[in-house]
Amino acid sequence: MTIYKSLSLKVRKSILKIAYLSQASHIGSSLSIVDILSVLYIKYLKSKKNSFILSKGHGCLAQYCILKEMGFISEKILKTFGKNNTILMSHASHKVPGIEFSTGSLGHGLPVSAGIALANKINKSKSRVFVLLSDGELNEGSNWESFLFCSHHNLNNLTVIIDYNKIQSIDFVKNTLKIEPLKMKFESFGCRVLNVDGHNHKKLLKVFSTQSLKPLVIIANTTKGKGVKFMENTVMWHYKSLGLSDYKKAVKEIK
Amino acid sequence: MRKLFIEELIKQAEKNKKIILIVGDLGYGVIEPFKKKFPERFYNAGVAEQSMVGLASGLALKGFHVFIYSIANFSTFRCAEQIRNDIDYHKLAVTVVSVGSGLSYGNLGYSHHCIQDYSLLRSFPNTIIAAPSNNQELIITMNYLFKNPQPSYLRLDKSLDLNCEKKISSITPGKWIFYKNNKNKNIIISTGSVMKNCKKILKSKRNYDWATIPMWSMKSKKSQLKKIKKYNNILSVENHLQDGGFGSWLNESLIQQKSVNLNIFFRSKFLNSKVIGKVGSEDYLNKKYGLK
Repeated sequence: MTIYKSLSLKVRKSILKIAYLSQASHIGSSLSIVDILSVLYIKYLKSKKNSFILSKGHGCLAQYCILKEMGFISEKILKTFGKNNTILMSHASHKVPGIEFSTGSLGHGLPVSAGIALANKINKSKSRVFVLLSDGELNEGSNWESFLFCSHHNLNNLTVIIDYNKIQSIDFVKNTLKIEPLKMKFESFGCRVLNVDGHNHKKLLKVFSTQSLKPLVIIANTTKGKGVKFMENTVMWHYKSLGLSDYKKAVKEIK
Repeated sequence: MRKLFIEELIKQAEKNKKIILIVGDLGYGVIEPFKKKFPERFYNAGVAEQSMVGLASGLALKGFHVFIYSIANFSTFRCAEQIRNDIDYHKLAVTVVSVGSGLSYGNLGYSHHCIQDYSLLRSFPNTIIAAPSNNQELIITMNYLFKNPQPSYLRLDKSLDLNCEKKISSITPGKWIFYKNNKNKNIIISTGSVMKNCKKILKSKRNYDWATIPMWSMKSKKSQLKKIKKYNNILSVENHLQDGGFGSWLNESLIQQKSVNLNIFFRSKFLNSKVIGKVGSEDYLNKKYGLK
């Protein structure tokens, strides 16, 4: 078993456990990005050299669980998720060690990441900036404002990852606002675009290491709720919290 | 005032390599000297204010003090959530500059009337409002922000270019700057570019003193009571609507203060909301809608 697979397994189990204990929602959104985060954290985010912003802040449970596995926060703190007076609010928070920027309202992460990437260019730093957006988040106009800036200023130290699980808040993306042809959209905005299976660690490693002269956009094709069959590709598990029987059933499925 | 702003920014940028200016595709005839001198520290974000604030926040996260420059409501209301979540919440060194305070752009209509900005900005707990009323106040408030980079809002008049002979030695948020101090028990307190209006008002209120508060914030509200309670009559003046404005802020400093037996008559001059939808010169609108 690879280190990436092993980390992803631990994190998926941890997400289910903490989500059950806190009766949290956004389980599907968190399970969707586990493999992307596992590769990013092991390969690029162990030190503080590179930056990462989880623009889809509602998927923060996956990030918190990774941070626990990577030693940034303790199990004890992780178990306070969503509880009274915790730093682990249910959207990504900069009060949590290892998290650079708070999100929760969509469309904020990319412009801020562009600012960090620009700062790195001004400072002649080789550090990279990764930002993870959801597909529904692309409805926000601020992203498209920012893509114009990123390509105009050739921010090729910026990697934008789209968690393309095809489901947004209350419906499928295709039933809400059509975003296809997505690859062409980003290309027409002046980005280099790569498609990848967002659950295949080997392929993720390869696309993340791609050298580009333009801002790099990675369309990670993912499955919402990945790893738990009854959650996969359903709108419901954006919101629903876990009962005991569902929790027991779900944990058994994580392999 | 705009030109002086750029001159002061250039002076500071010469000493401090962390100063960056981002404009929202505005500032023609004003910002060029900065752009020419520091091309690597000047960016035009385009007509894209949400992106502009995000960029500034990212740069500030990496240690830069970023000035974002636009006019009227574009650098505030258009990107209000970015100021709230990105700049203020993260306590970042970004100064939001808006040119055209009050009814500076009187003829351009409601879209360009900057008469609700205080109410928005003063709801952010970490943000300081700097509303200088003349050139000296502009210089000293900018120097304060250079020395104390933090979430801040700099409200500039479009064309006001008032020099005053008064030497202002220092400034802190909430500090009063006296322009008339004859130990009267009545006082006019103003902020921002209503200097000319205050001078006229003073003519009919000879037994009033006059002070401005060029910098103020949620955190400096508490410090006002001590000063206010020396007076019997307070008259606040601002080129902003009453709701959420400077007079409201000052008034709130009197609320919920323990064991104070106050006998203060508090009145305000502000822009009446009937000004909304009307156009005309700044002077005309100010006179007709509340600042006589």
